[in-house]
Amino acid sequence: MTATAPAARLTSVSKSYHDNVALRDVSLDIGPGVVVALLGPNGAGKTTTVKLLLGLAAPTSGSVELFGQDPRNTASRRRIGAMLQVAKVPETLRVREHIDLFRSYYPSPMAAADVYAAAGLEGLEGRKFGDLSGGQRQRVLFALAICGDPDMLFLDEPTLGFDVEARRSFWEQIRGFVSRGRTVLLTTHYLEEADALADRIVVIDHGSVIADGTSAQIKQRVSGRRIRCTTRLSEVDLRAIPGVTDVRYDRGNAELIVAHAESVTRELLWSDETLSNLEVSGIQLEEAFLALTHSKEAA
Amino acid sequence: MSSSVIPAPNSRSVAQQRAPSSLRVYVTETKYEIIKQMRIPAFMIPTIGFPIMFYVLFGIVMPGNGGTSHYASTYMLATYGAFGVIGIALFALGVGVAVERGQGWLAVKRASPMPVSAYFAAKYVTTLVIGVVLMLLMCAVGAVFGHVRMPMSQWLLLVVAETLGAIPFCAMGLAIGYLAGPNSAAAIVNVIYLPMAFLSGLFIPAEMLPRFLQGFAVALPPYHLGRLALDAVGIEPASHALGHIAALIGFGLLFTIIAFIAYRRDEGKTYG
Repeated sequence: MTATAPAARLTSVSKSYHDNVALRDVSLDIGPGVVVALLGPNGAGKTTTVKLLLGLAAPTSGSVELFGQDPRNTASRRRIGAMLQVAKVPETLRVREHIDLFRSYYPSPMAAADVYAAAGLEGLEGRKFGDLSGGQRQRVLFALAICGDPDMLFLDEPTLGFDVEARRSFWEQIRGFVSRGRTVLLTTHYLEEADALADRIVVIDHGSVIADGTSAQIKQRVSGRRIRCTTRLSEVDLRAIPGVTDVRYDRGNAELIVAHAESVTRELLWSDETLSNLEVSGIQLEEAFLALTHSKEAA
Repeated sequence: MSSSVIPAPNSRSVAQQRAPSSLRVYVTETKYEIIKQMRIPAFMIPTIGFPIMFYVLFGIVMPGNGGTSHYASTYMLATYGAFGVIGIALFALGVGVAVERGQGWLAVKRASPMPVSAYFAAKYVTTLVIGVVLMLLMCAVGAVFGHVRMPMSQWLLLVVAETLGAIPFCAMGLAIGYLAGPNSAAAIVNVIYLPMAFLSGLFIPAEMLPRFLQGFAVALPPYHLGRLALDAVGIEPASHALGHIAALIGFGLLFTIIAFIAYRRDEGKTYG
């Protein structure tokens, strides 16, 4: 109705599969024209969120809306495109045929040539799906998602299994498409991917939203250092030091994920004069992200 | 943000916003379903090749009539034709649905605006089209090598009976497709298909089976398709045809109901 009405909305949504709780009381508004990344480890509830918004799964409680309607309505499905994780796509159809078929589902699809260009499939139109490489297959799934010229695009782990090169080149394709004011919900477990593509990052773990903000805000929260050392301090003592967000043990050495290395190191050396093998290093984004999910869990 | 290739988004006039012609969606879906199936050699060779091979072997070569009597080659044309079209329904449709459902492809299609009915209709029509192709090939083999001679009306009646008679087996395939997992569907179909065809008298006439199995045959859907086909070629009395048609319709409805319940149950796992 208005420009600010969300394209997609979850209101107090919980979803259980038998006894497994996939989502707990999640509320989320996705504004029009915003690229949102749903970031979280495997099993966090990312794919469940996408399935709910696509009308492929029903919430156990709460409500799900797409353009203010039931996501199962054909009218709302005509305005979306979805790239899902698929184990097997019919292999005997050619790229051109797959795209022609999906274009036929939509009232005003993109021209086929524009679809090939936007997905980087030029020259592959006549290939059978079964003869494509892994990266090319993902591009076809991307093409199927965008061929209806959708207002909102869902990308569920679009670059899973890609090497770095292929991932970066695929990001270009996604950027080219979303720069035209589309709404996008992207799921990923790569912070780097969320950072590269999204205006807003929603971190999800164990079915709950644990952080929500711009890329800069999220990165600030997960920045930190790793301290390795051999110490006689117990895990409880270590966790009690201000600035320690996580403690792990690796072959008898303690590994601390900390916000500020200097203050924690000072505290460590002061509390344990036998401390040895001290090592301070930067942390990988993945670890930083784990630290964030762990600290929230403990809280 | 930088971008490589940016075609302009389509300008959408009100006229363009109207729904795509639903007939066109059905036709396109069916066209690509047929192409998709016809290009799978692992599907076409057994489903088209085996019935023809069995027919040549057991209907033409082994009876060894040498053209003097074409009773066996006519009889077996009807029963192996039934065997063939049933196989297409159970494998192309049944196993196909189980695999596409279990491996996530159906979810991609369901998330699109494709009407679900177009998906099912395309599967049914594809089964019937491949069924016609099989029957035309078998009739050609029967006429040329088996010296089957019938009036044109009976040839036509045979192809029509076998093709339309495949519809209840499409429903059976659909039920299996929604009850079985993607990895177990083919095994389940094999376990059902061959014994059912044998007990229904499609390999050897039901009258030649042990007596206690003969009563069992009437309860099996392929028996009725085999008999209907024998009616069409003039071996069975035409007066029995209506009973077999009624039985096939009954089985068709039963399998449709089972398929529908299984479909709803599957939706219930996700939606319900």
